[in-house]
Amino acid sequence: MDRYQFKPKSKVREFIGEKLIALTALAALIGIVLIFVFIFKESIPIFVDKATQEEVTIDRMVFKQTFYEDEDAKWIWQPNSDIPKYSLMPLFIGTLKAAIIAMLFATPLGVMAAIYTSEFASKRTKEIIKPVIELLAGIPSVVLGFFALIVLATFLQNAFGLTFRLNALNAGLALGITIIPVIFTISEDAMTAVPQSLRDAAIALGANPWQVSFTMVLPAAMPGIAAGIVLGFGRAIGETMIVLMASGNAAISSLSFTDSIRTFSATIAAELAEVVFGSPHYSVLFLIGTLLFVFTFLTNLSGDIILTKLRERLQGRMS
Amino acid sequence: MSAPDRSSQFTTSDLSHQYQFSPKGSDTLPRALMFLAVAIIMAILAVILIDVIIGGIGTISWEFLSSPPEQGMEAGGIFPAIFGTLMLVILMVIAVVPIGVFTAVYLQEYTDPQSKLTRLLRIAINNLAGVPSIVFGLFGLGFFIGFVGGNLDKLFYPESGPVWGQPAVIWASLTMALLTLPVVIVSTEEALRAIPRELKEASYALGATKLQTIFRVILPQAMPGIFTGGILAVGRGAGEVAPIMFTGAAYYLPYLPAKLNDQFMVLGYHTYVMATQSPDVEKTKPILYGTVLVLLMLTFLLNFVAVLLRSKIRTRRISA
Repeated sequence: MDRYQFKPKSKVREFIGEKLIALTALAALIGIVLIFVFIFKESIPIFVDKATQEEVTIDRMVFKQTFYEDEDAKWIWQPNSDIPKYSLMPLFIGTLKAAIIAMLFATPLGVMAAIYTSEFASKRTKEIIKPVIELLAGIPSVVLGFFALIVLATFLQNAFGLTFRLNALNAGLALGITIIPVIFTISEDAMTAVPQSLRDAAIALGANPWQVSFTMVLPAAMPGIAAGIVLGFGRAIGETMIVLMASGNAAISSLSFTDSIRTFSATIAAELAEVVFGSPHYSVLFLIGTLLFVFTFLTNLSGDIILTKLRERLQGRMS
Repeated sequence: MSAPDRSSQFTTSDLSHQYQFSPKGSDTLPRALMFLAVAIIMAILAVILIDVIIGGIGTISWEFLSSPPEQGMEAGGIFPAIFGTLMLVILMVIAVVPIGVFTAVYLQEYTDPQSKLTRLLRIAINNLAGVPSIVFGLFGLGFFIGFVGGNLDKLFYPESGPVWGQPAVIWASLTMALLTLPVVIVSTEEALRAIPRELKEASYALGATKLQTIFRVILPQAMPGIFTGGILAVGRGAGEVAPIMFTGAAYYLPYLPAKLNDQFMVLGYHTYVMATQSPDVEKTKPILYGTVLVLLMLTFLLNFVAVLLRSKIRTRRISA
């Protein structure tokens, strides 16, 4: 009983305690602001510093450049050659290719598994599927990168007779494995949140379970599925270790899914350790980081907004 | 809360067309198709697990776990990497759990959920969870090593070379703490929401202040949830590589880290280095597989414990 004998405490102490807790709570907010400030700060020389601009400008990062006479203008990423070339386009194309393959692989699997789990599975089956998906989500990305590098790459090369062992397809499929849990979890949550009254109405009209889920639950949960896809895409763009290990890391501007690629995230991971502090190359890598931050910030924010709206609508319909 | 938008999807005119169900429609085929997706996902997990277990089980021995790497990582064990991983996650937990718990307490006990500050905080937490891990690595380098460490050196060691302004286990741990902060906050919040209001009222009735109620009634009750959050954070932190590549992880160190500003070896980075930079992949393969198996078992075990703990909390809430 001693534990719950409260001595009266001064108001000052309460006040200080509350303020301290409030201050700690700001850590997340301060953290995200500091992340942006400190990454963007290192890329500022590209916009203002004359010496840096001799080597690299926004123009040169975006548009095709001619580096040698009688050669066509090209997009080339070669920051360490005699004439440093900083075109971001090969990296952009590589990043997009890996993410698109990952989405094409993960979206149908994630959404279909979510439909099965929320609409058809018995309670016991659900209790198996959900932990399995959580386990899949818990695999460290370096392990998936290792698996893609050692096992999947060899399998794909033999199966399709590919020229490059490490390529966009290999990286994209491995990337997809990390995206499946994201899409599954958010889609399944959205479908489970669809009110029972809607299902009952469809059943009363003579629908079988499949018709219930396809004509009632799926349309009502569609924003949730869209949010899952948006958030999954953000993950696919930013994920690092898998693409670093499984993509071949060659900055090639092609549309082929079986060429090697180099993504934004892998470029930072591979080059930052050797770069001279404060050099133009250093600034460009931080600019790439800023781009990744801004892009994932936007996907997260839009995913969040969609989910909040959906929650309000589904709750509103219940009442 | 905005008014529910009924008009967009359900109008009486499309009700009659869209919801006329043909009675003969069988649902065997679509149901099998949906199940196929589940089966494929399970098969993917099984293939990865089986490959890693078969490849790694032969390497695991007490010696492998307790001795340092030899001959350029082609022989010997992974003890320094295990030690470094533990050091990293322990320092990380010391930093992230208090901050995460107090953030959750503030959000659940002090603020109005509709207030601007709460909304801003929630946006920050959700977005922090989505920032790519490589961006955390850049941040750790620019902020902790360059700004904090660099200024500490300027203040206290103006004569010598970098003491704090270099990659170190403390900076890697703090970077990882920021990355895992949302995990701890979300888990603690769930536990706080599950505490019955009567408990708090009883505490106030006994004359307790708000602060006393939080520290002596609410937090002890929320312990399992806080514990779950901590374990999930450790599981995440033990496996991430990108945030620590530039902030403290080392290829190889002949000694164990003993000070906060030492570099350290770590299982995930060790895996990456052996898989991509080894001169002879076939020779390092058994050790590589062994390392991956240890890392995978560690993260699975942590996640498994967290799932068990969480389901226990949920059942308790229902029965209460």
